[in-house]
Amino acid sequence: MLIELEKRKEPSRLMLYLTPFIAVLATMLAGAIIFTLIGHDGFGAVGKIFFGPLLDTYKWQDLGVKAAPLILIAVGLAIGFRANVWNIGAEGQYIMGGLAGTGVALLTWGMEGWWILPAMCLAGVAGGMAYAAIPTVLRTRFNVNEILSSLMLTYVAVQLLYYLMRGPWKDPEGFNFPQTRMFNDWQLLPTVVPGTVVHLGVPIAFIVALIAWFVMSRTVFGFRIRVVGAAPAAARYGGFNARRTVWAALLTGGGLAGFAGILEAAGPFGQMVPQFPTNYGFTAIIVAFLGRLHPAGIILAGIILAVSYVGGEMAQSSIGLPNAATGVFQAMMLFFLLASDVLVRYRIRIGGQVHRAGEA
Amino acid sequence: MTVEGSLVIPIIMTVVGAATPILLAALGELVVEKSGVLNLGVEGMMLIGAVTGFAVTTVTGQPVIGILSAMLAAAGSAFIFGFLTLTLTANQVATGLALTIFGIGLSALAGEGYVGRTVDVFGSAFPESLAGHPVLRVIFGYSPLVYVSLILVVAVSWFLRRTRAGLILRAVGESDISAHSIGYPVIAVRYMAVLFGGAMAGLAGCFYSLVLTPMWAEQLTAGRGWIALALVVFASWRPARLLLGAYLFGAVMTLELHAKAAGFSLVAPEFLAAMPYLATIAVLAIISARKAGSSAAPACLGKPFKPGA
Repeated sequence: MLIELEKRKEPSRLMLYLTPFIAVLATMLAGAIIFTLIGHDGFGAVGKIFFGPLLDTYKWQDLGVKAAPLILIAVGLAIGFRANVWNIGAEGQYIMGGLAGTGVALLTWGMEGWWILPAMCLAGVAGGMAYAAIPTVLRTRFNVNEILSSLMLTYVAVQLLYYLMRGPWKDPEGFNFPQTRMFNDWQLLPTVVPGTVVHLGVPIAFIVALIAWFVMSRTVFGFRIRVVGAAPAAARYGGFNARRTVWAALLTGGGLAGFAGILEAAGPFGQMVPQFPTNYGFTAIIVAFLGRLHPAGIILAGIILAVSYVGGEMAQSSIGLPNAATGVFQAMMLFFLLASDVLVRYRIRIGGQVHRAGEA
Repeated sequence: MTVEGSLVIPIIMTVVGAATPILLAALGELVVEKSGVLNLGVEGMMLIGAVTGFAVTTVTGQPVIGILSAMLAAAGSAFIFGFLTLTLTANQVATGLALTIFGIGLSALAGEGYVGRTVDVFGSAFPESLAGHPVLRVIFGYSPLVYVSLILVVAVSWFLRRTRAGLILRAVGESDISAHSIGYPVIAVRYMAVLFGGAMAGLAGCFYSLVLTPMWAEQLTAGRGWIALALVVFASWRPARLLLGAYLFGAVMTLELHAKAAGFSLVAPEFLAAMPYLATIAVLAIISARKAGSSAAPACLGKPFKPGA
């Protein structure tokens, strides 16, 4: 059997939107087979991971809470990826955003007022932006590849978090546990649906994605980003400043990651703890790609990845599937998506001869 | 003042220990990048190698079989990367990241039953009279893999500079289109480079699980795979400089350990733990700034190649 790839004249729009679903389906199928082979209940695991959270209405609130940070971070990263700026240190920017916001929370601990929470959020965004500014300066001034520098900074951020938890920011009344005080009522994100864990950060994430959609498709800024990424030579010719685009892309990514950080700290965590880094910054990379770097797609992809997180936890408690399985499933989604990308750019011909004759 | 009594020898030995795995992994990645491919999955491949080497050695009791299996398993994961990026022309950055996420998950999954277990590994490559000597152990007291890494530096350097195959590999990395039009099999050469890089990352991973720790824990390599990637840039794609860089990085990485041992407590231990990453950034800045404009990177690095497209 002969399989041939033939380049399409232009990328297939149908395939562009269809392939993420193909990737998820392929992941389910391959996952079921692989997990059966290594001695787990493969089909049960896939059922639990991908359908369990959807069938159990009580779990829907968890989906929203998990999807929110993923969507926020992925929307920012996607803007960078579109401009060919590879910020993969969102995890570090997320930590720094959480830390900056926590800093404000600790400063205002004895105080009351509606302004405290917004101030924490602003600090979170600023913290993420400032941290993303480091790889930006390194790239624009010293020509340092942002992939490595942003990633290295993630490890540095983790150490800073450990240092602050162990020393200066430790709760003085916390029996020497390495964590901060619990935030007070003015510092915690309110829940938006009474009786659930759905906090204000969840609608915020969706609104930010919608704003990003508008900005990317309807403004000069969005146009500039897309042109610099797709056709750098044309962008230069058109007088677009590449350096400014790098700044905009990285600061947006860092700011949104930092925002996600403080929303997590003031939401589900309610304090700062050493377990704060939960790899959302890395998983968001998968979300950005699965969502085709488009805010609407990212909302959907964020929910799919949230399903895999919540479903992974369900499978862990019900059928004893190891926690690491979730990561394997998530990576497989990205693998299959990248593999199926070939369908967007190429036509696959099986038994090429026959088809070619028919087309001529 | 006696050499035996001082801390000099133990310090040198820990530096060599820390440097060897990143040297091995970076050597593999250097060959991959020389062929024009950027594989960011080093960390993932190292973890797959680390867990495979540990598991197979525990089961068979044979470290050599463990190491070979590790190299095979990591090369297998590199094949996934190769298939996606070379055959299907997928984005190399994204695929490499996927490989790392995959390796972290898969190794944690596969290694679940091995956490907390220990393994008997081979000690030094030399007889006890040399390996256990208070002074000479600084030369003879290492795992055989350390000497293997040094031989490999020479071998890779020789291969790239003095052999025809090495020349072809560099040609493919510098200009895939010309190499293809002369008749060199661009994709096949890149596949071989990627598989070699995988095997080397697997060997590097083994060094953690079988020699340095020796045990298995989730994310055992703790981001060292990324330092190996930085090391290739630091060495401006030259094997000899890789050796120098690896030992420099090794020294920085063991700083925390030595500071603790010496009772040095002026700086927070977290700061010292962050040092290797900060040093990497600083070094990248210096190297990259100096080379602005005329980069030493292979010209086709990271660009997909599709003949006839």
